[in-house]
Amino acid sequence: MNAAAALLAVADLSMRFGGLRAVDALSFEARRGEITAVIGPNGAGKTTVFNCITGFYRPTAGALTLRHPDGTVYDLERLPGFKIASRARVARTFQNIRLFAGMTVLENLLVAQHNALMRTTGFGIGAVLGLSRYPAAERAAIDKARFWLDAIGLLARADDPAGALPYGAQRRLEIARAMCIDPVLLCLDEPAAGLNPRETDELTGLLLRIRDGGCTLLLIEHDMGLVMRVSDHIVVLDHGRKISDGDPAAVRADPAVVAAYLGEGDEDEAEPVAEGIAAPEIAAPELR
Amino acid sequence: MPVLTRLLGLLLVLVVLGWLVFVFVTGTPYALQQLVNGVTLGMIYGLIAVGYTMVYGIIGMINFAHGDIFMVGAFLSLIALIALSSLGVTSVPLALALTLLFAAAIAALYGWTVERVAYRPLRGSFRLAPLISAIGMSITLQNFVQVSQGARVKPMEPLLPGGISLLNDPDFAVQLSWMQIAIVVTTLAVLGVFTWIVTRTPLGRSMRACEQDLKMAGLLGIDTDRTISLTFVLGALLAAVAGLMILLYYGVIDFYIGFVAGVKAFTAAVLGGIGSLPGAVLGGLLIGLIETFWSAYFSVQYKDVAAFSILVIALIFLPTGILGRADVEKV
Amino acid sequence: MSATLRAASRDALLSALVALGLFGPMIGLLTAPGPTGGLTLVSRPAAVAIAVSTVFAGRLLLLLWRARRGRRAAYAQNRALAEWLNRAGRYVGPALLLGALLLPLTGERYYLDLGVLVMTYVMLGWGLNIVVGLAGLLDLGYVAFYAVGAYSYAIFSTTFGLGFWTCLPIAGLLAALWGVILGFPVLRLRGDYLAIVTLAFGEIIRIVLVNWVSLTNGPNGISGIPRPTLFGLTFNAGGGPGSFADFFGVTPSITHRIAFLYYVILGLALLTNWVTLRLRRQPLGRAWEAMREDEIACRSLGINITRTKLTAFATGALFGGFAGAFFATRQAFISPESFTFIESAIVLAIVVLGGLGSQLGVALAALVMIGGGELFRSFAEYRMLAFGLALVVVMVLRPRGLVSGRTPSVALGARREISAELVAEGRG
Repeated sequence: MNAAAALLAVADLSMRFGGLRAVDALSFEARRGEITAVIGPNGAGKTTVFNCITGFYRPTAGALTLRHPDGTVYDLERLPGFKIASRARVARTFQNIRLFAGMTVLENLLVAQHNALMRTTGFGIGAVLGLSRYPAAERAAIDKARFWLDAIGLLARADDPAGALPYGAQRRLEIARAMCIDPVLLCLDEPAAGLNPRETDELTGLLLRIRDGGCTLLLIEHDMGLVMRVSDHIVVLDHGRKISDGDPAAVRADPAVVAAYLGEGDEDEAEPVAEGIAAPEIAAPELR
Repeated sequence: MPVLTRLLGLLLVLVVLGWLVFVFVTGTPYALQQLVNGVTLGMIYGLIAVGYTMVYGIIGMINFAHGDIFMVGAFLSLIALIALSSLGVTSVPLALALTLLFAAAIAALYGWTVERVAYRPLRGSFRLAPLISAIGMSITLQNFVQVSQGARVKPMEPLLPGGISLLNDPDFAVQLSWMQIAIVVTTLAVLGVFTWIVTRTPLGRSMRACEQDLKMAGLLGIDTDRTISLTFVLGALLAAVAGLMILLYYGVIDFYIGFVAGVKAFTAAVLGGIGSLPGAVLGGLLIGLIETFWSAYFSVQYKDVAAFSILVIALIFLPTGILGRADVEKV
Repeated sequence: MSATLRAASRDALLSALVALGLFGPMIGLLTAPGPTGGLTLVSRPAAVAIAVSTVFAGRLLLLLWRARRGRRAAYAQNRALAEWLNRAGRYVGPALLLGALLLPLTGERYYLDLGVLVMTYVMLGWGLNIVVGLAGLLDLGYVAFYAVGAYSYAIFSTTFGLGFWTCLPIAGLLAALWGVILGFPVLRLRGDYLAIVTLAFGEIIRIVLVNWVSLTNGPNGISGIPRPTLFGLTFNAGGGPGSFADFFGVTPSITHRIAFLYYVILGLALLTNWVTLRLRRQPLGRAWEAMREDEIACRSLGINITRTKLTAFATGALFGGFAGAFFATRQAFISPESFTFIESAIVLAIVVLGGLGSQLGVALAALVMIGGGELFRSFAEYRMLAFGLALVVVMVLRPRGLVSGRTPSVALGARREISAELVAEGRG
């Protein structure tokens, strides 16, 4: 398992907001073809790390290096936000679901293929005049969308507005939409939040399927059951620092992790973890 | 890019400051006169801007009709002044006080009605509907005054002629007219009372609560409809005071003055940081000064262009205004 | 019922009291120049009485009518109307188009002039719809592009003697260029900030037009702007060689020219519509709509927001520029007075009243508003007053506009309308 090369190397990443150090000299690696989970109590800086990787924040310091299987190297901390998705092919989902609610499920998946489709339209002009390879490209895009809709079990609802889907389906759709940009790295921000146990099981299957398809995953999750089941590697954060790093068994046994979760000498809100397995978190789904 | 923007912004500020120093050193009296005029005009803009910023703070909409409430206030003041003089009131302070009360009261009624008729039914509706409704109200008020009072410019003789000379330079005497003193003093007094209302009274507390979170304020038992109504009433009061001031200062009004003054006052509110009350006054002062200095040294025709360009430039360098809260993009 | 009546009367009485406060001084006391030159007051109690009793009666009738029907019924009816409009859309569109194509057959000059006016606003509405309706960017200065188009054609034709058809693309491209130039600084602005900056841009352009006398002839405007030709055939009133009348051997008539102008603007408007409809089904248009729904999600999918916003501004401005060039050639005279904020407001009102993003709605709204405005032609004074009030009333009754749903751009099965509640209006 350790033979796999690092796809993403985070080195000395720091992010400050005014006086607050949200992330402090964090280093870890996400290896190719693996699922790496980033866990930690609320406010540990997990989402901030994601926002740095996906270009929504510019890190105060540190390097984020993405090494594609073909050898191309991208310095994510220097790329403009949208190019992290379009060039470096890092996709993400959001803690609070961000679908295009007024567009249909299918349209959501086609928007994700914007850049690929745009190239075939001669940047819009050719397509208006009808002089392009666009129709064929659109058929291919719809086929890809169909593939992912089938994978998440939403094929029958392709023509419904995304905002009308039930919560769990919206979560799955957001993952499918991210997969439509053909990512090498998929960052999932609490994909199981607000899901019922059956939906969580389905999600587990989906994540493993995506990994087996060759995509590397980075996962923020509070559902320890899910994390322990799917992760190949776990990074534990607390107050912006890494307190543990290793495979699930090692992390579970790490006294520092238990202390952080039980809140030893710490007045922060802590989530009780019994032997590394979290009590089922009562995460109120944030419905918009 | 942000570094470059900041550097450019800094450079711009330095150039402007340098130019001001140069102007003051080379022609002190003339520049001082512009300063006096600019502050007077800025006070008036600030009064109007407070109305925009309050409404924006609470319900997040541009009250497009606010500039026209100001215009209505100016007309009401004109009517009251003429009526008082024909009734034989000769004491200027008494006439001004009565006019202020009358214009403010009726303008407040206008502010209340506008909110009740055009905005309240659209509360919680989607964002563009109140904006269009507000534009409709603005057109309505303008044309209502045009129809009822005529399209012609209304001139008025100066009520308080004369003033004091500040700096008696042989070439140029800096004039501080009584009118300007009256305007600045009244504005400061009104703003003082207003600050007291917002910071010290239960009404002010409800207003600030509604500004923070309208829904939550409602859940906590604040009558949000009433608070919003009173916000419009307060804004209209201030606009009416500004209307009286502009009538006294320029001595001419017409039904169209509300639009340009409204846009500039909104510019002032944005420049100061929309939602911030001191910001609105500061923004008003800045716009007044910019307009006056630009007219005095560059070109009167392009004075509005100067004010609007400042808005654009300010928003590029300071997207949330001078005293505005940073709008952090939550991801 | 009598309890209702009593409550309604009391409410109406209160309204009348408020009206008395509002109208008493403003209508009741007219400031008019007196014998000595200063202003005096003329009292008009009768006018106040009429205004106040109108408010009283209006409020009373409204309340009684509401009490009889019940609020829920009103809501249901509103809903039914919306559904009817959505369903009828399929037939209304073609019917309108047919009517528009056949209008010149009436041969009535009045209808043709009105048709040209309405079509101009339809085109402007469709152009602005790209920016506001699809991309969700609130633009209060659309008239700037209209002005750029109009002045481009006027200046190019009167200085260099270029014809309408040569200048049309130039005017459009110049307007689009302005769209990009004005778009750049506002890329980061959101919502009302964007609205006020675009409004400021519109005003800046107008002030420049007024004051740059050497280029624009200032407030006096530019006159003698040439009329368009049909493949080189002119539409001179007197006929003569090379004219349309001469070539086809018909009696010269001014109606020919107006009918021709009408078809030109109809063609331009349909071009706008066609391009918009095509773009909507393509990546660019979809990206616009996605940006309206959620800009952050767009960024996470690799969509270049800068480019997407600028193309929206440029495309909208392009059609505004075309419409401007047409306006110049139709009037043969332009001055800055035609490009005031009120024009932007009217076009935006058409877009919002029509229903954001709906092509049919915009056409209907333009027809209702511009055509409806004509009904008030005989009371010119009250025309804008009525227009303003109508805006308020229509927004209160139908805040989402006439046609509020959204049609998906692509579907595996049958396309189903998406209800307006789900569709975002954009934060930009």
